[in-house]
Amino acid sequence: MARLEARPTIVIRGGTVVDETGERRADVVCAGGVVKEVGDSLAIPSGATVLDADGCFVMPGLVDLHTHLRQPGNEDAECVETGARAAALGGFTAILAMPNTDPCVDNAAVASEVLALGAEAPCRVAVAGAITVGRAGENLAPLGELAALGVRLFTDDGACVSDSGVMRRALEYARGLGVTLAQHCEDQGLASGASMHEGEWSSILGVPGAPAEAEELVVARDIALARLTGGRLHLLHLSSARSVALVAAAKAEGLRVSAEVTPHHLCLTDADLAGYDPLFKVNPPLRTTADLLALREGCRSGVLDAVATDHAPHPREAKDTPLSDAAPGMLGLETALAVTLGSLSSGSVNGNGNGNGNGNGAAPYMGVKDVVGLMSWRPAVIGHMATSQGGDQGGPIAPGAPANLCVFDPAESWVVDPAKMASRSRNTPWSGRTLKGRVRHTICAGEPVVVGAEAQR
Amino acid sequence: MTAEPEALAEEQDVGLVEPEISASETAAAGGRRHLLSISDLGAYGIEEVLRVSDAFVEVGKRSIPKVPALRGKTVVTLFVEESTRTKLSFETAAKRLSADVMSFSASSSSLKKGESLRDTVETVAAMGVDAFVIRHSSAGAPAAVSRWVDASVLNAGDGWHEHPTQALLDCYTIREVLAEREGLAPGEAGMGCFKGLRVAIVGDIRHSRVARSNVLALAALGAEVTLVAPGTLLPPAVETWPVAAVSHDIDDVLPKIDVCYLLRLQAERGAGRFLPSIREYSSEYGLNARRASALADGALVMHPGPMNRGVEIADEVADLPRSVILRQVANGVAVRMAVLFMLLGTPHGQTPTGTLASLGGAWESGSA
Repeated sequence: MARLEARPTIVIRGGTVVDETGERRADVVCAGGVVKEVGDSLAIPSGATVLDADGCFVMPGLVDLHTHLRQPGNEDAECVETGARAAALGGFTAILAMPNTDPCVDNAAVASEVLALGAEAPCRVAVAGAITVGRAGENLAPLGELAALGVRLFTDDGACVSDSGVMRRALEYARGLGVTLAQHCEDQGLASGASMHEGEWSSILGVPGAPAEAEELVVARDIALARLTGGRLHLLHLSSARSVALVAAAKAEGLRVSAEVTPHHLCLTDADLAGYDPLFKVNPPLRTTADLLALREGCRSGVLDAVATDHAPHPREAKDTPLSDAAPGMLGLETALAVTLGSLSSGSVNGNGNGNGNGNGAAPYMGVKDVVGLMSWRPAVIGHMATSQGGDQGGPIAPGAPANLCVFDPAESWVVDPAKMASRSRNTPWSGRTLKGRVRHTICAGEPVVVGAEAQR
Repeated sequence: MTAEPEALAEEQDVGLVEPEISASETAAAGGRRHLLSISDLGAYGIEEVLRVSDAFVEVGKRSIPKVPALRGKTVVTLFVEESTRTKLSFETAAKRLSADVMSFSASSSSLKKGESLRDTVETVAAMGVDAFVIRHSSAGAPAAVSRWVDASVLNAGDGWHEHPTQALLDCYTIREVLAEREGLAPGEAGMGCFKGLRVAIVGDIRHSRVARSNVLALAALGAEVTLVAPGTLLPPAVETWPVAAVSHDIDDVLPKIDVCYLLRLQAERGAGRFLPSIREYSSEYGLNARRASALADGALVMHPGPMNRGVEIADEVADLPRSVILRQVANGVAVRMAVLFMLLGTPHGQTPTGTLASLGGAWESGSA
C-alpha cells in the first residue's frame, strides 16, 4: 500500500461523472490511489495534477472479461505489457487474460508467471484458468490450486468443452470453489473447417461456414447443465439471436447464467466478408443483421451482461493469407468503447456506415450509463473483481473508492491507425476508419496511465 | 468498336504480325483488370467474352493456330491445387497468344517449404509478370492475390467459390451447338438462345465452384436453372440462389430440360459423410442410359471433367452424340484466349487497362 499512498493528487475537472448511481456534473479528486472528493467546481489542492475532462464522461474504469495476451508462447503477437498498455488506452483498468497461451494456464506455474508479469502492467491483469488439462476437454485442470492463486474464472476458450460429462463434472467441482466456468460455445461437428457464418453470404462466396446452431446447441446444453449442477456459468462471446433467447429463458428460470457479447458482433456482419478480408475472420463468426440487432436488443433488455472484447492479436503472417488459412480473431481493446457506444447508444458506429439501423437522429438506443455498465460494473461482478465483492473495479465514483477511472471524450473523432496502436499486432477491422469518441485519460489505482490519449508508460 | 475475327493475323513464317484490334477492345475506361467472379462481368461482359472467343475459335482452326497478340507479356499459371486440364488449357491459350508462360505448381514449389502464398506471389511478381492464373483450394485466394500484386489476376478455380472461365466456355459451347442447329455461325446466333433455356445442374453443388459460376452466368443470361442434388450436396441458403427450382428427383427433371449439366462427384464426398455410398448416389442421381433416354430429343449433356464414368455419368452416355463434353474442352482454349486477350491485350503497347467488367459497360453504352 505504500506505493498507493505515493500516488499523486489528481483533479479530473469539468466532466460528467457516469456510474451505477447515475450521471452528474462533477470534478473528481484522487490521491493515494483512492477517490477523495467528488463534487461540482471543487478547489484544486496545491500541487495537484489537473486532467481536463471538459465535455467528457468520467466513468469507473472498464473491465474486460476476455483478453488474449498471448504470453507465454506467442509473444510475437502480444505480451502482457503491450496488451495491458492497449487496454489502458482503451479505458480498461482491469482485464482478464485468457488461458489459451502456450503452455496454457492449466497449472499454478503458468498462472503465477502471467500474474507476475501483470503486476507491473498499467492495468490490473487477472488470469483465467483452463477447465481441462491442456484445454483438451478430457481431464479437469487443478481448479482448486488455481483458485488458491486468485483465479476466479475458468475456461478452455478457443476450444469448447465438448464432452457433456466433463462439463457437468467441472460445474459440480467449481461450485464448491465458488468460481465461475465460462464456455466457448461451439459444436465441432457443425463448426469444424468453417471460416465464417454459414448463410447467404457463405453460400455465394463459397466459403465453408458454421451455422449459428453450432453455438446455440452448446448454449442450450450448458444451460441444462447449469440447471443440473447449480453451477455458475458464463457464456463467452455470444453471436446469435437464438443464443440471446436461450439466455433470457435461463435467467427467467433463475439459473446462475451470465453472458457476454463482443463489440464487433454488435456492429459487423457476415456481409463484411464479401471481400474475403481475413481481418473479418473471427470466431464465433460475424453473423447476420438479424443476429446483430438481437444482440443489441439483448444488451438493451439486460439479458446480456457484458461487452467483452475478445481482443485476439495475430502477427501479420497469420492474417496475410487466403481466408481459410487465416487465424481467427481481431484486436478490440483500443477501439471497444467507441465502437460499443456507437453501436448501442447512437445505433451506429460513427463515420463508417456499419450501424445497420437504429441510428439517424432517433433517440439513443441505450443511455450512456447502461452501456458503460456493460463494460464496467457488470463484468466486474462476473469476473469477481467488483468493489461489492471486495475487489477494486467498477464501483460508484465516491470518496474512498479505488481510483480506477476512465475519462472518455464522446465528441473526438479519430482515424484508427494500426501502426500507432499499443498492441504488438495490427489486425483491427477498423484500420483507416474514423471512430467517434475516444478515451482521453485512464487512471489505474490512482496513477494516470493514459493522459491525453497517450500512454504514460 | 468490336473485334473482327478476320483481323486477327495468322502467324507468318517470318515472324508474327500484329493483329488489328481496336484499342477500345482492351483499353476500356475505368478499369478492373481481373476476372475473379462471373459477377465481375454481368450479361454484357459474358456476351463480349463469347464474341471475342468466336475470333479465337477461328484462330484455332488455322494451320498455325497462333497470333502475336500477347507477345512480350508474361503469364504465370500458379496452381496451388492440382489440375491437369485447366492448367493445360490456360497455358495453351497463353502460348497461342504468344505470351511467355511460367508455370508453377504447389507440389514442386517453395510453398511446400513453408513460404507463404503472399511471399511466393510477390517473389514471382518481382520477375515481371502481367497476369497470374490462379487455382487455390481456398475461396477468395485470387482476390487476395489481386490485392498483393499489380498484375492481372484470373481465377482458375478457388475452393468452392468460382471457376469463371469454365462457365464462360460452357456458355460458349451451349450457344455454339444451338447456333449450329439453326445453321448459323456462333457469332450470328446472338444471346437469345439463353432466354428461358432450361438447364439442370446435377450433383455436388455445395462444394462446386463450377456450379456457382454457371448459376451466375446462366441466370444473368436469362436461363432457368434447376439444381438437382441430395440435401447434403446443396449449398446453404440455396433459396437465395438465382435459380428457378431445386429438386431431389432427377427423373422428374430430366424430361423438362434442354441441358443436363453433371458435376463431378469427388470420391471423398461419397465416403459416408455426405452420402451413404457412391453406389447409392449413382443409383439415385447418376445419368445412366435409361435416364438419358428420358431426355428431350435435342437436350445436351455437359460435364466440366474429369468424369467419373459409372458414377455421375454412365460410360455409354458420355459418348452419346448429345454429349458435348469434348467440345467444352476444345472451346476452353479459345475462351481463355479471349479472356487473356481482353485483360492483357495492348496491341500498341499501352499500359494494360482492359477490363472485362467495363467492356461490358462500354458495349452497353456504345450500343444503346
